[in-house]
Amino acid sequence: MKTYLPSKFVVERDAERCIQCQACVSQCSFDVHAYDADYNEVTSQGENCVGCHRCAVFCPSGAITIKRNPLDYRDNYNWRSEIIEDIIKQAETGGVLLTGMGNDKGQRIYWDHLVLNASQVTNPSIDPLREPMELATYLGSKPDKVELDSDNNLKTEMPPQVKLEVPVMFSAMSYGAVSLNVQQSLARAATEMGTLWNTGEGGLHPRLYQYADHAIVQVASGRFGVHPGYLDAARVVEIKIGQGAKPGIGGHLPGEKVSADVSLTRMIPEGTDALSPAPQHDIYSIEDLAQLVYAIKEATNYTKPVSVKIAAVHNSAAIASGMVRAGADIVVLDGLRGATGAAPKVIRDNVGIPVEMALASVDNRLRQEGIRNRASIVISGGIRNSGDVIKAIALGADAVNIGAAALVALGCTICQQCHTGRCAWGICTSDARLSKRVNPDIGARRLANLLRGWSLEIKDMLGGMGINAVESLRGNRLQLRGVGLTDTELDILGVRMVGC
Amino acid sequence: MKELGRVNNAYGDDKVIDACSIFGIMDTSGRGFSGEGIIRAIANMHDRGNSLGGGFAVYGLYPEHADRYAFHVMYLSRQGKEQTEAFLEDKFKVVYAAEVPTRRTPNVSSPPLVWRYFLEVADAGGQPRDDYVMSRVMEINTGIEDSFVFSSGKNMAVFKGVGYPEDIAEYFCLERYQGYLWTAHGRFPTNTRGWWGGAHPFCLLDWTGVHNGELSSYGINRRFLEQFGYHCTLQTDTEVIAYAIDLLMRRHNLPVEMVARVLAPPLWRDIERCPPAERELLTALRQVYGSLLLNGPFTVIIAHQGEMIGLTDRIRLRPLTVGVKGDILYLSSEESAVRLICPDLDRAWIPVGGQPVIGRLGEHVQAAREGVTADAN
Repeated sequence: MKTYLPSKFVVERDAERCIQCQACVSQCSFDVHAYDADYNEVTSQGENCVGCHRCAVFCPSGAITIKRNPLDYRDNYNWRSEIIEDIIKQAETGGVLLTGMGNDKGQRIYWDHLVLNASQVTNPSIDPLREPMELATYLGSKPDKVELDSDNNLKTEMPPQVKLEVPVMFSAMSYGAVSLNVQQSLARAATEMGTLWNTGEGGLHPRLYQYADHAIVQVASGRFGVHPGYLDAARVVEIKIGQGAKPGIGGHLPGEKVSADVSLTRMIPEGTDALSPAPQHDIYSIEDLAQLVYAIKEATNYTKPVSVKIAAVHNSAAIASGMVRAGADIVVLDGLRGATGAAPKVIRDNVGIPVEMALASVDNRLRQEGIRNRASIVISGGIRNSGDVIKAIALGADAVNIGAAALVALGCTICQQCHTGRCAWGICTSDARLSKRVNPDIGARRLANLLRGWSLEIKDMLGGMGINAVESLRGNRLQLRGVGLTDTELDILGVRMVGC
Repeated sequence: MKELGRVNNAYGDDKVIDACSIFGIMDTSGRGFSGEGIIRAIANMHDRGNSLGGGFAVYGLYPEHADRYAFHVMYLSRQGKEQTEAFLEDKFKVVYAAEVPTRRTPNVSSPPLVWRYFLEVADAGGQPRDDYVMSRVMEINTGIEDSFVFSSGKNMAVFKGVGYPEDIAEYFCLERYQGYLWTAHGRFPTNTRGWWGGAHPFCLLDWTGVHNGELSSYGINRRFLEQFGYHCTLQTDTEVIAYAIDLLMRRHNLPVEMVARVLAPPLWRDIERCPPAERELLTALRQVYGSLLLNGPFTVIIAHQGEMIGLTDRIRLRPLTVGVKGDILYLSSEESAVRLICPDLDRAWIPVGGQPVIGRLGEHVQAAREGVTADAN
């Protein structure tokens, strides 16, 4: 069938600069560039370009420029080009439209409508270069009070706690969805920076057991890769109920991605599809969750916190409260803008709620019920910078997860082709040739640099507020003000308008 | 429009921002002494206040009624008094009631009526008596118009109002009273005309606090305490300190040394250097009570029956000087105020940030770690 889809991008090649080295030909995994030996000329087919900029970055002579194809439809706010082209794609394929990454639509990003406080006159700001500034955060259930014996020794038995040197962790990204080199980069950076990475539901590769002490291992609906050694090795065990990019549906790792190595960690035959059901089929209600939480606690002898991750949805507050009562030590909320390796586009863009609102209402609800101490709250879904992190903490989060931001540190340019398995940056692919493009030595350094930069910025902002320990900001919504929000939004966020 | 004279924070800010002078004297042998010394000392720090609030707390004040709850209640109207007295009659056995003696003082204008009551709890309905009294105090403060409970402990009271502390002392004739422990406060609020109930000390049961500082952590301190039924209605930082101490000491049974470790905990890196048992304890305290860490600059003098505690924030952003002479412990914003009333101190020092200084009846004053030692001669 002739496709009616226009090109998204135009690839311009400066003939005077091009030296026909063919770097672009070998770098592009979407067949944009080709070398014609007869004419000693490199040519480009813009219609294949996804705008990932791999060729432009690696062109040694700077000859390549990628531009948006200026193809203009007649202006129509209702029938925008993306909507027209989605219909064209479905008319040509008859299937569910797949996409990667997170929601790219314009639902309000509340981080951009929140601003922070700083000390002036009545309260000195604190210079983190001169004064101690503490970011250490402990995840896990805390009792309501500390009890001492008659000699003032600790009598309370503390549930297991996990220390984060910086309250930013890496989101769940499974081996299979991302390459082993990516996981290794994440694992090494997390270990170096004193935070955690997350295996996702793809199991833990034997080569990564050395980083398991900084790993959250997932138990998800497909139960891939779950065995006693896996649970024992981990720092935290996470039950994955849902994901912000695709609340309410499962996952599907196509058989062609299930290589020998992936088959080993997922514990499924090579080449078979790895299907994660939409629900966990042993969790159809809250008491079922309690059973799985305690099954895992029993299996790990109550030595590690059990986390439960859900997609942020309308009733998150009530659900989270139930999760805490079911024994979850950590509640993870993944918002509307959470990313994915592959999801139906209509779900990614339409299901779930912004994580800021979910966080505000969950933190409030747990406080209203007097159980906020019993679980830590972690959020994820679209965290872009240290400003987002510190606002999340002020709204009530103990820590945040970053997925897309971490991948951008490794080269990702958010071209949203994760679902194709052809990531030219070697990130979201199991192609052996492509995945070599992420060097774990360099990747770990880039990721650690990112966390280091963010933690310096967080310390600066904390000091500005006259705060020298992150726990004094956690849930301290007086340090936030809203800009351009309605009364209802401010009310849910528990934040006052700027100027008052 | 709110009646400006009756709210602590007319502008509806989240908290009152103020700077202050604070002073405390305790005779750890329990001997009573008059308010004369502390009045001179707090007056010596006149410039740290701005006439918008002054007050005193006195312990060992009513030995003849030592087992009864002594209520000092402020009234802004006759109706308030009538309603409150009816409420007290209903909820307590009122053993004695009288107006608190005052004298005309040029610098104290439009004072409210202040009465004292000695109360017994006939039936607390199965609750601990202190919890019962605390709830009734909250009911009066939030439910009855024009009435405010200055203090509600046993054998102690709070005298406070709008004015310089020396004027308030003169108004309430404080030189006539005897107590073994006195604290005082002179206030410099930045944004409110102040009302009598908003002056320090703040009191809940027999806990009082005088405070110099601003809590950057106020937002989370308050939200944490709300989980335990404390409702901050005064919009002042000091209120959260009083509630935090009540929660930790009275309801969670922690000794005062541990409470200081919650409010101004050691740095994680210092905790990691402690011996294992202590490390475990300090870690647990920070993990469980992290939301009660008082962050931002503060010095506070907290007192209750038999104990006076001085504490600064962890990096000591507000001043505190300690002086000791025999059995007497002095805590002050400025050393000069101590030396004014006791020129021959045995010792004087500036404590390390976050390290509590504790005076206790029957115990010699000890400092865990002295910071900067001043010349004692």
